[in-house]
Amino acid sequence: MSSARDDILSAVRRASSAKRAADNSANDIATGGPILPARAQGIPGELRNRFCEMARFAGATVEIVADRDRVPGAIAAYLSREAPGDRLVLASDPQIVSLPWGATPRLQVRPGLPLADDTASVTGAVAGIAETGSLLVASGAATANALHVLCETHIVLLRAQDMRGSYEEALAMLGAKMPRAATFITGPSRTADIEKTPQIGVHGPKRLHILLIDG
Amino acid sequence: MIMDAAPDQSSAPDFPARAAAALADPTLQGALTKLQTEFRRDRAAMLGRIPEFDQLRDHATAIRNHSLAHLDELLEQFETNVSLTGGIVHWCRNAAEACETVTGICRAVGAETVAKSKSMLSEEIALNDHLAAASIEPVETDLGEYILQLRHETPSHIVMPAIHLNAGQIADVFREAHTDHDPARYLGDADALLAEARAMLRQKFLDADVGITGANALIADTGSILLVTNEGNADLVHSLPKTHIAIVGIEKAVATLDGAMAVVRVLARSATTQEVTSYTTLVTGKRRANDADGPSSFHVVLVDNGRSRMLAGPYAEALRCIRCGACQSLCPVYGAVGGHAYGAVYAGPIGAVLTPNLGAPGGLGAARHLPQASSFCGQCEEVCPVRIPLPALMRRLREDAFEDRQITVAGQKWIAAWGWAAQRPALYRLGRRIGILMLRILAKVSGGTIRTLPLAGGWSATRDFPAPEGGSFVELWNRRKRRESS
Amino acid sequence: MNAEHHKKITDAPQVGLFASCLVDALRPTIGFAAAKLLEDAGCIVSVPERQVCCGQPAYNAGDRKAAAAIARQTIVLFEKFDYVVAPSGSCAAMLRVHFPGLLSDDPAWALRAAVLGEKCWELTSFLTDVRGVAAVKSGFHSGFRGKITYHDSCAGLRELGVRKQPRKLLASIDGLTMKDHSIADVCCGFGGTFCVKYGKISTAMTDAKIEAVLATGADMVVAGDLGCLLAIAGRLSRRGDRVEARHVAELLAGMTNGPPISGDG
Repeated sequence: MSSARDDILSAVRRASSAKRAADNSANDIATGGPILPARAQGIPGELRNRFCEMARFAGATVEIVADRDRVPGAIAAYLSREAPGDRLVLASDPQIVSLPWGATPRLQVRPGLPLADDTASVTGAVAGIAETGSLLVASGAATANALHVLCETHIVLLRAQDMRGSYEEALAMLGAKMPRAATFITGPSRTADIEKTPQIGVHGPKRLHILLIDG
Repeated sequence: MIMDAAPDQSSAPDFPARAAAALADPTLQGALTKLQTEFRRDRAAMLGRIPEFDQLRDHATAIRNHSLAHLDELLEQFETNVSLTGGIVHWCRNAAEACETVTGICRAVGAETVAKSKSMLSEEIALNDHLAAASIEPVETDLGEYILQLRHETPSHIVMPAIHLNAGQIADVFREAHTDHDPARYLGDADALLAEARAMLRQKFLDADVGITGANALIADTGSILLVTNEGNADLVHSLPKTHIAIVGIEKAVATLDGAMAVVRVLARSATTQEVTSYTTLVTGKRRANDADGPSSFHVVLVDNGRSRMLAGPYAEALRCIRCGACQSLCPVYGAVGGHAYGAVYAGPIGAVLTPNLGAPGGLGAARHLPQASSFCGQCEEVCPVRIPLPALMRRLREDAFEDRQITVAGQKWIAAWGWAAQRPALYRLGRRIGILMLRILAKVSGGTIRTLPLAGGWSATRDFPAPEGGSFVELWNRRKRRESS
Repeated sequence: MNAEHHKKITDAPQVGLFASCLVDALRPTIGFAAAKLLEDAGCIVSVPERQVCCGQPAYNAGDRKAAAAIARQTIVLFEKFDYVVAPSGSCAAMLRVHFPGLLSDDPAWALRAAVLGEKCWELTSFLTDVRGVAAVKSGFHSGFRGKITYHDSCAGLRELGVRKQPRKLLASIDGLTMKDHSIADVCCGFGGTFCVKYGKISTAMTDAKIEAVLATGADMVVAGDLGCLLAIAGRLSRRGDRVEARHVAELLAGMTNGPPISGDG
């Protein structure tokens, strides 16, 4: 009695190997590289500007911050303008936890897992992708994946030096082992399921705020 | 269930009856007009933003062709790499095995509630019914699918499942289903509806024992799956519950992450005309030892259900499909009758090719109208991001039907007669002369314009037919030429 | 091909006019208009008497055998010409794009089909792209003054790339204004036997086309395929809309004295 696996694989093997025998050109693409649109290419200054433009086009907000020390203040100002609420859940990343949160005592920050009633989260990004204004984020020991999708407001810290042109270049930064979840985030969560009306903030965040950090 | 099964085939409404009902439904017609008009406009804008789109299509096509030519190798490689990350791969020959496998995993972990993100494959195998029969509650988290679940309806479009509904219909079903709310609450606009859905579903995400997703691609190199959503619901589904099950058609494999990105570059652009979906995720296995969150078990359920048979046959090119739904959004026939008229999980041009081929072997049967109900305008092939030659595949299905004399489509005998006569020019000329004469008589009888065409009631019901000018051009021309040269 | 032969083709090519069964049986004016335009462009026109249908009805109904037989017949009849021109995008596409595939099983016939295919053209694109016609003769300008809208027949557009060419030639006619309707490149609903088999759906598609045409305020809808025009005109007539329908060849050749394609006129 053959197993389902045997049946499926043998049927597929018969069909696929016939295709291989008939036409070898399908192998060429394995050796060729990705096709990158012009938008995914450029000098760093161009990529940075394009990232900001595309991220905003996708409905994110982008704020340039001169150095890491200014991040808590920028976040406090953003929240008081856009999303009143003092609680922030942070990724446990030491780079984020060690920011000078003392400078903004009004904010109550807590690293770790987001709870159902958390309304704002702060995570880092592996990279920014100029092609589409996307962020590459990853789950891990320091970053619960839920931080990327559970809260109404998602604030992402992106270092200017982590800007890239294309998806592929960003993925290369993940290293040899894939995280459990590597996500390209482009703008806030959205739907058009009700009469094709574009709406923001479905199950994921209503707001995606990107702090592009120079220093 | 690839097609709506009817216990009594003779009384089941078939495509023409459903199409007629759809054409007479003003709500549906309004929704379809909006879909087409806006989609065409938005697609033009998208093309303006990415001048390299045709090259990206060519590349995606090459990637998918490579996949199909190496599918056995890729599936084995994928399985190996999933296992290395602590995941389990299951192989299912058909819908029944797939449903039993998924239900079995859910039972084994004592699941009571399952949160699902959108998966056309789960519709194809009718998974929700199977889970419910096992007392496991599946909850659709994609807003459109959630609305349909409440209405006990199937999706009418591959990526915009509830496109056929208006806000009023959605409000009605929310009032009916969300009984804990104040019946007099305001549900008069999309924002109110969305707020209510978000609140209802949030708790479901948090409470679910198992998360079930589909996948847009399987990456052999890394044992990853690609998941794309705009809502972020898939990411909640695969991050919060303890068990993550991904059900995927075997044809979805690609070799590398680069291959997956080639698909990403054409998928959202074709499906919704946006640059890329808000959430484009590569999931690789279960939570790592030190991960802050994530499921402790990860399963990939690979489903064949006719795909390996298709791969060996003349319809293999349709397996390149990445389920973008662009062919549906632009097809003028789909645009006239909507997805439900097709009576199948996959509607529109891609549905016309997949429906007769997926599931158990048996060919056209109930799906016989689908490849016939096309004007072969070619719009589908023109927009397909992986260049599936849909009109040619539909024509091939028509050839199969023509050969199989059990399947008679109206007018088949007349076309055969026409074809027979055309091979005999003398007979053709005689037939032409008679035809022209008869049409002229018909025209004279009805005062210049023909209002009733014998044998073509389908025309005359809604159209007039002009009187022929008189004489055959070919004969007239040559007669004149002979006169001039004599 | 030697230089002398090439020069002969360039100066006065032998063109076989493929009338199309609809033009042949229903509206010879289109055939005469096409021939006139071709002759004015310096071609020597022949209309092979044994021509029949291009085989599309059989082909699209799935009767491959009949379609292949008709293809072979057509090749024998037309392969002697320098060019084969049809006042129909769908017929030209059948000959150019589909004949080779139909006969692919037989290498000899496949080659003959390929050779013929290279020579096959839809009328307006032949005039502009091959004969270099930029404007129609001033003597052809018909009495028609008004606004027209052009419908792109699917096969001509998507299989042969015919879009700019008819518009370029129509633009050269004095007194004619052109305005594209919003869905010029969307199917009119004809689709051969589709419009009879699935009449309700077809009519919905034609109505959408007509609404877009009416929205332009055009007096006339023009196209390069008589099948499309019959479907559109037949519906215009039944609806009682006061828009005329004519084939592009009639307008370009100034042969618009006779009634338009719509039932009354």
